[in-house]
Amino acid sequence: MSVLAYLIPISLILGSVGLAAFFYTLRSNQYDDPEGDSRRILSDEWDDKPKP
Amino acid sequence: MTAQLRPSLAACPACVAAPHDSAEQAPTEARLALSLPGIHCQACISAVERELSAHPGIHSARVNLTLKRALIEAEPDLRAADLIPVLESIGYEAHELDLAALAATQNDKAGRDLLMRLAVAFFASMNVMLLSVSVWSGASDATRDMFHWISAAITFPAIIFAAQPFFANAWTALRVGRLNMDVPIVLALVLALATSLWETSLSGEHAYFDAALTLTFFLLAGRYLDYRTRAVARSAAEELAALEVPRAIRLLDGDEYEVPVADLAIGDLILVRPGGRMPVDGEIIEGRSELDRSLLTGETLPVFAEPGLAVSAGEVNLTGPLTIRATAVGEDTSLHRMTDLVAIAESGRSRYTSLADSAAKLYAPGVHILSALAFAGWYLYTFDLRMALNIAAAVLIITCPCALGLAVPAVTTAASGRLFKRGMLIKHATALERLAEVDTVVFDKTGTLTAGAPQVTNLGDHARGDLEIALALAEGSSHPLSVALTRAARTAGVKPAGVQDITEVPGYGAEGLFRGQRVRLGRAAWVGAEQDSQTAAWLDSGSGEAQAFLFTDALRPGAAEAVQALKDAGKDVLLISGDSTGAVEDLAGRLGIAKWVAEALPADKSARVQMLTEQGKKVLMVGDGLNDTAALAAAHVSISPASALDAARVASDIVLLGQDLSPIAEACAVAQKATRRIRENFRIATLYNVIAVPLAIAGLATPLIAALAMSTSSITVSLNALRLR
Repeated sequence: MSVLAYLIPISLILGSVGLAAFFYTLRSNQYDDPEGDSRRILSDEWDDKPKP
Repeated sequence: MTAQLRPSLAACPACVAAPHDSAEQAPTEARLALSLPGIHCQACISAVERELSAHPGIHSARVNLTLKRALIEAEPDLRAADLIPVLESIGYEAHELDLAALAATQNDKAGRDLLMRLAVAFFASMNVMLLSVSVWSGASDATRDMFHWISAAITFPAIIFAAQPFFANAWTALRVGRLNMDVPIVLALVLALATSLWETSLSGEHAYFDAALTLTFFLLAGRYLDYRTRAVARSAAEELAALEVPRAIRLLDGDEYEVPVADLAIGDLILVRPGGRMPVDGEIIEGRSELDRSLLTGETLPVFAEPGLAVSAGEVNLTGPLTIRATAVGEDTSLHRMTDLVAIAESGRSRYTSLADSAAKLYAPGVHILSALAFAGWYLYTFDLRMALNIAAAVLIITCPCALGLAVPAVTTAASGRLFKRGMLIKHATALERLAEVDTVVFDKTGTLTAGAPQVTNLGDHARGDLEIALALAEGSSHPLSVALTRAARTAGVKPAGVQDITEVPGYGAEGLFRGQRVRLGRAAWVGAEQDSQTAAWLDSGSGEAQAFLFTDALRPGAAEAVQALKDAGKDVLLISGDSTGAVEDLAGRLGIAKWVAEALPADKSARVQMLTEQGKKVLMVGDGLNDTAALAAAHVSISPASALDAARVASDIVLLGQDLSPIAEACAVAQKATRRIRENFRIATLYNVIAVPLAIAGLATPLIAALAMSTSSITVSLNALRLR
């Protein structure tokens, strides 16, 4: 059962990484325009280099 | 329902890195917002952004497709009015939005806060559930204890953060000595955590950490749904308000300056162009024109305006430019005084208790008594404090209103979403429940049942020659009657006569020379005829009697269907208008409304609505004008079209976004269905309790049974709500 000593912390850490990522997206307004964002990926503008 | 609330300042990570905060402080930059109702696809986004970015003076432009808006950062001297033609030239309709009016939804802190708590509750409950499943499937002794301790370590901080809204609500209720839904929730959470920790420290078998977290998660989900539904409606309502940018033209030493209405002071000279709305109360000192007062009084007949006449904010100038001297500004204008009436009428409505509230009133004391009885019974039977406390906690957790918390918001979200697609904005939380009870519908006439656009009724009665002269005179004018006459005559295939020297005399009409004769089209008195009650333009063709072109107000699309459908649904339909008897009688006849009242003053309207209410009727008021606001607020529930004055929209519970009136009848049906679903949901939630509570009281409940009962009831309730879509 000693494998639990690794697995439980790992699962918790991975989960908190996901939670932290969600917080980051929330704080940086990434849910402001879900419809627009889902369509912007179809644009070929700024495909070569990121928008300045 | 993908609409989100915050206009995007920076929606991509790269823009977040850019220091856009400094842009707001720097005086070299102005922010503008445009509403783009026509955009719908990727190509639209690219086209608009490319066009705007290429325009000189614009630093950056970003389109938000969800909100159908463009946010622009530009040089301070750039005005939105310059950009609208640019976008219209590439085929996109654009309107300026007042950023100040949008401010309330700009930073949606409350929604973000709830979402964050929801995420924490979800993360924690999934982790704890993983450990709990191991315990339920047979982990024992030291392993079980370790799992319980880890669960406790996750649960305590998570609950302390995520359940804060419940703690705060319960505390506010308790402080004033009341019980609400949050009091049993908080008690259940605290008791569950305390007994579970105690059990864990004694190496006990049952711990309810997972139940406490899933409970928080489901309840937060209900809160968030509820919040989102209202926030979407609020932001759409704010956008309507933001479309009317409050600007006026102030005259100073003969120069014109465009200034915000808020900056106007008493004594200022203000220029109001034809088609413009009076920004303040005042007195005309220069110019002649006609005024449309229909939004204030309901009269459709334009009023002649000349120097010396007092005007009120909200009236529309029709023909010639007017210069007015402000006599009352801001809060003192008659437009604002109306809001006092509204405030008085509204106090009656807040007495309505929603279904959720009445359920909570039954539920909260019942749960407390039940769990106290279970505790007392088991303690007296066994004298085992630990066991009695455990059972009391189990009762509280199992009865906890997971499903009750979701029952109402899940249904209102589904119903509001469905009505939103049909162009109705549900602004008030309990509007749907109140709409479901309606048995009497009161309509206003001008601007509500009618579109406010005149139509010629007697074109066929006139000789061809007269029509040609009338068309020639009407074509040069932008007066609504002239425009309607031109359109009707053109459709009938009439060609304009060769009238020369056509001049428009503001406030009177148009005149010209035809074969050496003076011809006139305009007000009755000006062409030498008797004024009667019907809207008319008179033609003096130089030979014989002056002739009248009669006009009637065109019906709004869907008005007849809405009235018919409401009558078919067994509702009483009334028409109360401030307009003249003839016009109201005519319209009532056309729509088949048997009960009508004409020449009603604003106070009459609300008095009649109140009288109906006292007779036990549940009144739905549909109106748009300032004269309707008090009646809108006094009614059981109220609807106003998007074209209504701001004050009327604020006073009403539901805003109709499109031109079409027919969704009103559908809304009543949807509201009734929604209320039925809410009641069904309450019954489902009760049924689960009826099954699970005896188990809990008998001491047979385990954390597994609690988790199963809670999840299944919440999911059934949500699925039942989705049937509305």
